[in-house]
This record gives sequence, structure tokens and C-alpha cells, in this order.
Amino acid sequence: MELFLTSLLNGVTYGLLLFMLSSGLTLIFSMMGVLNFAHASFYMLGAYFGYVISTYVGFAPALVLAPLAVGAIGSLIERYGVRRAHAFGHVAELLFTFGLAFLIEEVVHLVWGKSPVPYKVPAALDGPLFTMFASTFPAYKAFMMAVSVGMLIALYALLTRTRVGLVIQAALSRPDMVEALGHDVPKLFMLVFGGGVGLAALAGVIGGNAFVTEPGMAAAVGTIVFVVVVVGGLGSLTGAFVASLGIGILQTFAVAIDWKVPGFERLTLSQTAPVLPYLIMVLILIARPRGLMGTRES
Amino acid sequence: MATRKNILGAALAVFAFAAPMNAFAQVRIAYIDPLSGAMGATGEHGLRELEFAIEAINAKGGVLGQKMAVVPMDNKLSSQESLNLLKSAIDQGIRFISQGNGSAVAGALIDAINKHNERNPDQAVVYLNYAAVDPDFTNDKCSFWHFRFDANTDMKMAALTDYLKDQKKVSKVYLLNQDYSHGHQVSKVAKAMLAEKRPDVKVVGDELHPLARVKDFAPYIAKIQASGADTVITGNWGTDLSLLVKAAKDANLKADFYTYYGGTVGVPPAMGEAGVDRVKVVSYWSANSMNASGQAVQEAYRKKYGADQDPYSQSIRISAEMLARAMEKAKSTNPVAVAKALEGMKVDGPFGEITMRADDHQLIQPMFVATFVKAGGPLKYSADGTKEYAFRADARVEAAAAARPTTCKMKRP
Amino acid sequence: MTRRLVPWALLVAALALAPVLFSKGFALSLLCQTGILVIFALSYNMQLGQTGLLSFGHAVYYGLGALFSIHALNLGYVPTPLVPLVGGAAGLVFGLLFGYVTTRRAGTTFAMITMGIGEMVAACSLMFPAFFGGEAGVSGNRALREPIAGLTFGPQVQVYYLVALWLVGCVIAMHLITRTPLGRIANAVRDNPERAQFVGYDPQAVRFHMVALSGLFAGIAGGLAAVNYEIVSAESLSALTSGQVLLATFLGGVGFFAGPVVGAIVVTLMSTVLAAYTQAWPFYFGLLFLVMVLFAPGGLASLAVMQKRLWDAGALRDALAVYARLALPAALAVGAAVFAVEMTYRGVRTPELWLGTAAVLVVASWSTRWTWMRARDRWAVASTALEAKARA
Repeated sequence: MELFLTSLLNGVTYGLLLFMLSSGLTLIFSMMGVLNFAHASFYMLGAYFGYVISTYVGFAPALVLAPLAVGAIGSLIERYGVRRAHAFGHVAELLFTFGLAFLIEEVVHLVWGKSPVPYKVPAALDGPLFTMFASTFPAYKAFMMAVSVGMLIALYALLTRTRVGLVIQAALSRPDMVEALGHDVPKLFMLVFGGGVGLAALAGVIGGNAFVTEPGMAAAVGTIVFVVVVVGGLGSLTGAFVASLGIGILQTFAVAIDWKVPGFERLTLSQTAPVLPYLIMVLILIARPRGLMGTRES
Repeated sequence: MATRKNILGAALAVFAFAAPMNAFAQVRIAYIDPLSGAMGATGEHGLRELEFAIEAINAKGGVLGQKMAVVPMDNKLSSQESLNLLKSAIDQGIRFISQGNGSAVAGALIDAINKHNERNPDQAVVYLNYAAVDPDFTNDKCSFWHFRFDANTDMKMAALTDYLKDQKKVSKVYLLNQDYSHGHQVSKVAKAMLAEKRPDVKVVGDELHPLARVKDFAPYIAKIQASGADTVITGNWGTDLSLLVKAAKDANLKADFYTYYGGTVGVPPAMGEAGVDRVKVVSYWSANSMNASGQAVQEAYRKKYGADQDPYSQSIRISAEMLARAMEKAKSTNPVAVAKALEGMKVDGPFGEITMRADDHQLIQPMFVATFVKAGGPLKYSADGTKEYAFRADARVEAAAAARPTTCKMKRP
Repeated sequence: MTRRLVPWALLVAALALAPVLFSKGFALSLLCQTGILVIFALSYNMQLGQTGLLSFGHAVYYGLGALFSIHALNLGYVPTPLVPLVGGAAGLVFGLLFGYVTTRRAGTTFAMITMGIGEMVAACSLMFPAFFGGEAGVSGNRALREPIAGLTFGPQVQVYYLVALWLVGCVIAMHLITRTPLGRIANAVRDNPERAQFVGYDPQAVRFHMVALSGLFAGIAGGLAAVNYEIVSAESLSALTSGQVLLATFLGGVGFFAGPVVGAIVVTLMSTVLAAYTQAWPFYFGLLFLVMVLFAPGGLASLAVMQKRLWDAGALRDALAVYARLALPAALAVGAAVFAVEMTYRGVRTPELWLGTAAVLVVASWSTRWTWMRARDRWAVASTALEAKARA
């Protein structure tokens, strides 16, 4: 019972962290149909920027400044890079973001070196929040969960309750009409890309100090973010939320359960845990390419 | 299209022939390790230590009247790339290879060098392994051309379990390792040696997790807590170790961690406060237990590269020194002669006498079990990457006790 | 007829004579590596360039082909020169298996599925060490115990000729496939799947066949890699290898049959030879790739073909004039940028050097732009001639 509750809590936390990472990607994908391979690289940039800013001014300003800075960079990249690649087709766009991911990692090597940087959890948030059975639940994880849920609510409100959000939703399916009605759709795309990237950076600022900030961190989370977006549904924010929670809980429980896979002498379920999301992604793509709650296929 | 191929072929020729022509009167060692990418920092650390050792040898006049030099080659942690670099080194006339990061690469090198030396006996190459710890390389897969300067997995576990023999408060041990050959080996030998030396200790868990993929170790920590273990033994390295220790602190797990790689690049700063009094390391290196001459070397290193740079890869420095001595003893730089002079050699290391055992080419040296604590007082030398933390040696295991028997049946030229 | 065979004859001649020019072990080894990557990239282009299928998991067929080959080598039933056949068979079988699963959808969905499968197979390699060899991989010995016609395939030059032979065979085969009805309909499916469907062809079946064939040739490349390196490890299956072949193919140019050949050569050169000179090579690599995607998505081959078209239109002189004028300022700008990157990687901090480099960079960039403004008219002449020729 204890293991069940602990695992459930861990699973939900991990799932919410995944959502923080993938919400930005869902936004970009829904808007522009661009599957941004460099999304995890912006997460990494956010972590490094957060480290630098929090060393000079503190964690709270870093929470605001780092996403803004990375978001600005993202907007510039969209304006001068993605838009150009878009003219050459979907494949070129994908390849551009692919090359961008590679390049951002090299820039990080260049500026900060190859070793991890000592980005620490701020002292005010460090420490246990409450004790459950034998183990404690760290306050910082609760903070992460709160930010993640806040992100979901804010995004949802932005998209459905504000004028900008409604225009964005309209531009999703009828960009030409929206442009004809007088809205600056390219500028909108730029803002949305910047916004999505900024969300990834925010996830980086928060996640970078809990998990080690080093140049390999983008590659480590890159693929799982795609799994979440694809499984949740290409184009659906709620789908991404459900998928992140589902995958988070599934992976955590797979680790917790001691079950030997029949037929293989040394293989337990927990050893396969990190591979399960990919298996699910492949199955969903074959059976239901729209994803769980998606509104479009690709 | 064919024309383009020819033009590119000409360019290729320029590059191939323009390989750096180092001075002739130089004994060169090719350092084949990752210098970029995820393990780049570890590779660079080893390179620095090797260059430092070579400088010291050159300052004393070099070897046989010649200077020594290091030729760094980035293998990007790829076995195939390492074999390419090996060929390139041989073409450049280099006969001594140094490598340590990754037993996979080491295995590939041993295999390739065996084949090369057999097919080209006049171009023999000697391989100095400073950190690849798969025990097979000095047992079933041993080779006359391979010399290992690090203690292998079994030796480290022997030292660790010798220490645990006297730790009465240890009663339930949890094994958590990376799911690949190194982790499998640690798990296997831990169980065997614990059963032999402390049959009263219960192994309450034996977990494997995928290498470098787990971001959140909380579920694993939850399992460890549920099992009631008071000790965790792990061969994890890199982020797998730092994240594990952080998660343990977050969940307030009251267990000690016995690790192989707690002192390596990136881990001490990432662990920080979370590791204090909790993390222990078994290693041939203990910065704060050296004799005077050893301390002098350490001071010189820290002065040159930074006070927070811990020269923990002593194995690579020893490999350079012993190589130089072997050349002096054999009065030649011919690889076969040098290898024959190197095996069986005894030298005075910074912690006592060390021997390159002739049977299996495994260096026999004393080991330490140390705890990660705050620096200060007698602990003058800090852990790598930090200034506030250091390792305090709790026990010393003599060389003879740490040595393991071998199944090596070496074919000699 | 004979005129069309000239490039092929030149190819065979170049391959036969190369070892005479580059006899050092390392250079030969580099040639073998390039040859294997050429076959691999050409097989990838069967999916990307010819059928419009972007795959992020092509290394699966290569790696599995290599693994089956090295096991066959160790078992001893198959002589070394025929080992790539085993690889090809394995590649074909898995191409059929995974192809059936992946080609149900196209476009981005296909790309994602291949990525997922790639990750899964790569993860399996550590979970089933008995077959995959675990972290150390599986090693073998290619030297034949009883020589065939005096050849043991131990020496590198013999392996080179084996690779060259298989290269010629595979290139001819893949080229012929592009001229079969399957190859042509694959192009149609790439360009307009709906229309192809209306004409009566099932796009899914066409894609399935192309993926299977592409797996066959990737498996042959894997088999050759097994023979060449005498070791196969998990990295042959990894996302890194998939990325490398994608980079090589795209860099060379997906629209031309010879594009991947060029890309493979350039990539091998950059990653081995360039890597020996600078630590910043991945940075240059990424930058080159991005520049290609944005400014020349047809790849290096398209740039070369454009020069030929300019020549045909009689406008090459104008184009060359433009290049000549841009050459110096552009070279200075690029040189200064490279200098700046190298200084950053080596941690150089002398302010004078940095100021000097920055000054050169600014001046050279501005001067390039200024020259381009002036040369635009000349370039317009060339483009007009090109268009006129195209319309004629």
C-alpha cells in the first residue's frame, strides 16, 4: 500500500514534469504543424540561462527572465530560419529543427563546457514538505507540480478565453482566412513559436537544478517529449496532459512492480520501463495516428 | 560525378599525407578517448593527467635521451572510430596506446591489437589501459599486449567487502546498477563476495536500470525504502550516480551509498550537500592519505590546473611512469622488449609498493574506502570540481588483499 | 549508349586505382568506411529521395544486418566475401517486418514511428546481451583460414577491393531499381500520393516495397561494416547512426541519384579528417547542415548540377564572374568566423586578438554584402539565361 501511494505520487510528479516539457511543443505543433526537434534543446538553454541569471540576481528573476530571453531567441529563429525552411516543405522544416538541436548542443559545449554546471535548488525551496510513511516529499517537487498545473490552466485560459487565443485557434485551421480578416498571421506564428519555446525554457529553469544541468540533458529528454505529444494527440493540449500523466504513472509503476517478463531469464518489467513509452507510441501511431485526443493527423 | 570523386580523392590525399609530422626523436603515446560529447569531460581529464605526467618525465630528461609526447585522438566513445584511430596512429609510427573510458572500446582495441600484432609482428603495438575495468581483460580475454593500471571490478568489490566485513551496522544491502556489462558484473561479484565474507547480510534487492536514461530515481528510491535496506552498493557513474544520490536525499533515505565512481568528474559538484556522510567510494586514490612526494605531485597538479582539480586518475600517471621505466630497463623503445620489461615490474607508488603482475598484466595496488565529507582540517585536498567537499579515507586495503586470482593463460610472443 | 556508360567506367577505374594512390593503412580504411557509408546513404535515399519517406530509424536495418553478418562470420559457414549477403537477407527480412508496420501511414507519422522503433531496437541491444553482445558488442575474425585464390581478407587492401566490388554491384542495382516501374511509381507516390492512387496504384504497397528493398541494401552495408571493422556494437543501431546517414544523404542532395554518394564522402571526410584538426568540428557540421537546409535544400549535388545548367545556358561565365567577386570578402568573413570559433574552443582571451577578429568579421561581412549588391545585376543575367534555356 505504501509503495502504491508513493509510486502514484512519484508518477504524478514525473508526469507533470513531462507535461511542462511538452506543452510548448504541443502549442507549436498545433499552430504550425512543425514538430520542433530542437524543443528539448531550448529546455536545456533555459536551464543554462536560469543558472547564469540565478547566479547573478537570484532564482525568482530567473523564472521570468530566462524564458523571456530564450523565447526571444526562439522568435528570431522562427522569423529567419523556420519560415524560410517552411517554404521548402515539411521535411525541410523538420531537418532544420534537427540541425538546430545539434547546433544548440555545440553552442552549449562552446560556452559552458562539457561538464555539468552547479545549478542548485534555491535554499528557500529546498527541504521536505511533508512526510509520508518513511519517506519525505521534497518541497521543490511540489513547487514543480504547482508550476506545471499553473501552466496548464494559463495556457487553456489563454487559448479559449482571450482574443489572441481565439485568433490563434482560428489560424490553426484557416490561416488564409484569418490573414484575410486583417490579422498578421506570420507575426502570430512568430509569437507562438517564441511562446512555446519560452515554456520549454521555463521547464528548464525549474527542472535544471533538480536534475543535473549538463549538455547531454537535451538528448536525454528529447525523445520522450515527442512520445507524449504524439500519444496525447497532435494538436490537443488536454491530450498532452493526459498522456504525460499516463506515461509518468506507467513508467513509475513499471519500476515499482517486480515482475519477470515470461520467457526471458533475466528480464524484469522494471528493466524495460523506460522503453515502454516508445512501445506505446508505436502502437498508437499504428492504431490511431491522431493520438488519444488529437484533432489532426500530421 | 566520377570527376568529383577524383577531386575529392586528391583532397583526401592532401589530408592523409599531411598527418602531423612530429619530431622523429620522440616517443609518442596515442591517447584514444572521448574528447567531445557526453564523456568528453572525463576524457579531457585523463588527457590532462597524462600530459602532466609526460611533462614531469621530460623535465627529468625524458627517456633514453628522447622526449615523450602525447597525441590526443577523439574516439567519440565509438568502438569503430577507435579502430580507425588505431590504424591512423600505427600509420604515424606510434606504438603505444593509452585508453580508459569504456570497456566496450577497450575490448575492441584489445581484439584489434591482437589481430594487428599477429598479422604485422614488426609493427607491434602495446596498449596501456588506465580505466576500463571489465575483469575479462585480465582473465579470459587477457592479452600479452594489454596492461591494466586500474583495479578491476572484482578487485574493487573485494576491497569494499573487506571493509564491510567489519561494519556491524550493515545488515540489509540493496544492489542498484546500470543495465549493461559493468553493472551486471558489479551485481554478480557483490552477491558472491557478500555471501562469502558476510553471510549474515541479506541482499534485499538487485535492480538494474537502463544506462543514462533515468531522469527521476524517486521510484527506485521508493523501492529501496520499501525493502528496508540500510546500505546501497552501486557501480553507477556520471549523471546516473548524481541523480540517484540527489533523489535519495530528497526522499530522506537513510542508507549509505557505496560507489565506485563517486569522486569522478561532475559527480561531487552535482551531489553537493546531498552526498555528505552518505556516499562512500572505493578507489586506488585517496587525495588526503599521501606521503610527502605524492603530495608534492598533487600540489603541482592543482597549482597548474586549479585548486578544485583532483588528480584522481593516478592510474594514467603511473602508466606513463612505468612505461618510461620499462624503456630504460629494456634500453629500447621496441614494443616487444618494453612489454617484456614492463611485466613483473615493481615500483614505489604514492601509497606503497605496486606491482604489474606478469601473469595477467594487472597492476596490484592498495585500495581505499573513503567517505564524502566537508573539506577542512586535515582534509586539505578537495574533491574534483568542488572546494568545500573532500573524501576522508576510512580504511586501507593492502595490495595483496585486494589482488584476485586469475584465469589468464597468456600467449607470449 | 557508350556515352552513358562513361561515368560508370570512370567509377570502376577510380575505385580500382585508388589503393595505388592511397596505400597507407589509415587512408585505405577511410576509403572502406566511405564506401560503406555510400551504400548506406544510397539505400536511405531510396526511402527519402525516391519515395518521400523521412525515416529516423534507418540504422535499425544496417545494425541488424551487421549483427547477423558477424554472427555468420563467427559460425564459419559463410566465407567472408559472401557475408554481406547474410546482412542483406537480414535487412530484407526486417525491412519486410518493420516496413509492414511503419508504412501504414506516411509523412510525419511515419517519421515518428521509425523513431520509436529505432529507440526500441537500440534499447533491446542492452537488454538481450546474448545476441547483441551487450556493451562490448560482438567481434569476429574476417581472415579466412583457407585462402580463396590466395586471398585471406586479412589485409586491409583486400577488404577494400571487396567493398569496392559490392559497392559497384549495389550502386548498379539501386540505379536499375530507379528505372523499373516500381521506382517510377515510387516517385509518383512521393509527389502526389492521391493522384497515384487514382491512377490505380496502392501507395501503401509501393512504400512497403521500397522500405523492404532499402532495408536489403542497408543490410548489405551493415554486412560490409561487420567485415571491415570485425566488431559490431550497439552504436550501429543507434539514433546517432540514423542521424548520420540522414545528414549525409541530405547534405549530398536527395533529388539526385549521386547526391548521397557526394554526401557520404563529405561527411566521412569531415568527421574523421576535420576532427583531427579541430575540436569544433561538430559545430561546423551543424552549421553547414543548417545553411544547406535554408539556402540549398537540394544539397551539394544540386549546387553542382546548377553549375552544369548554367554552362548549358551559356551563362556560366557570368556566374563565375559573380563568384570571383564574392570570393575574397566571403573568404575573409568565413575565415574570421572560423578563427573566432576556434578561439572560443581553445579558451583564448586576449582582447587584441578578439577585437581584431571582430573587426575583420564586420568589415568582411559588410564588404560581402556590398559586393553582392553590386553583383546582383550580373547574377540576374545568368538567371535569366537559365530560365530562357529551361523554357526553350
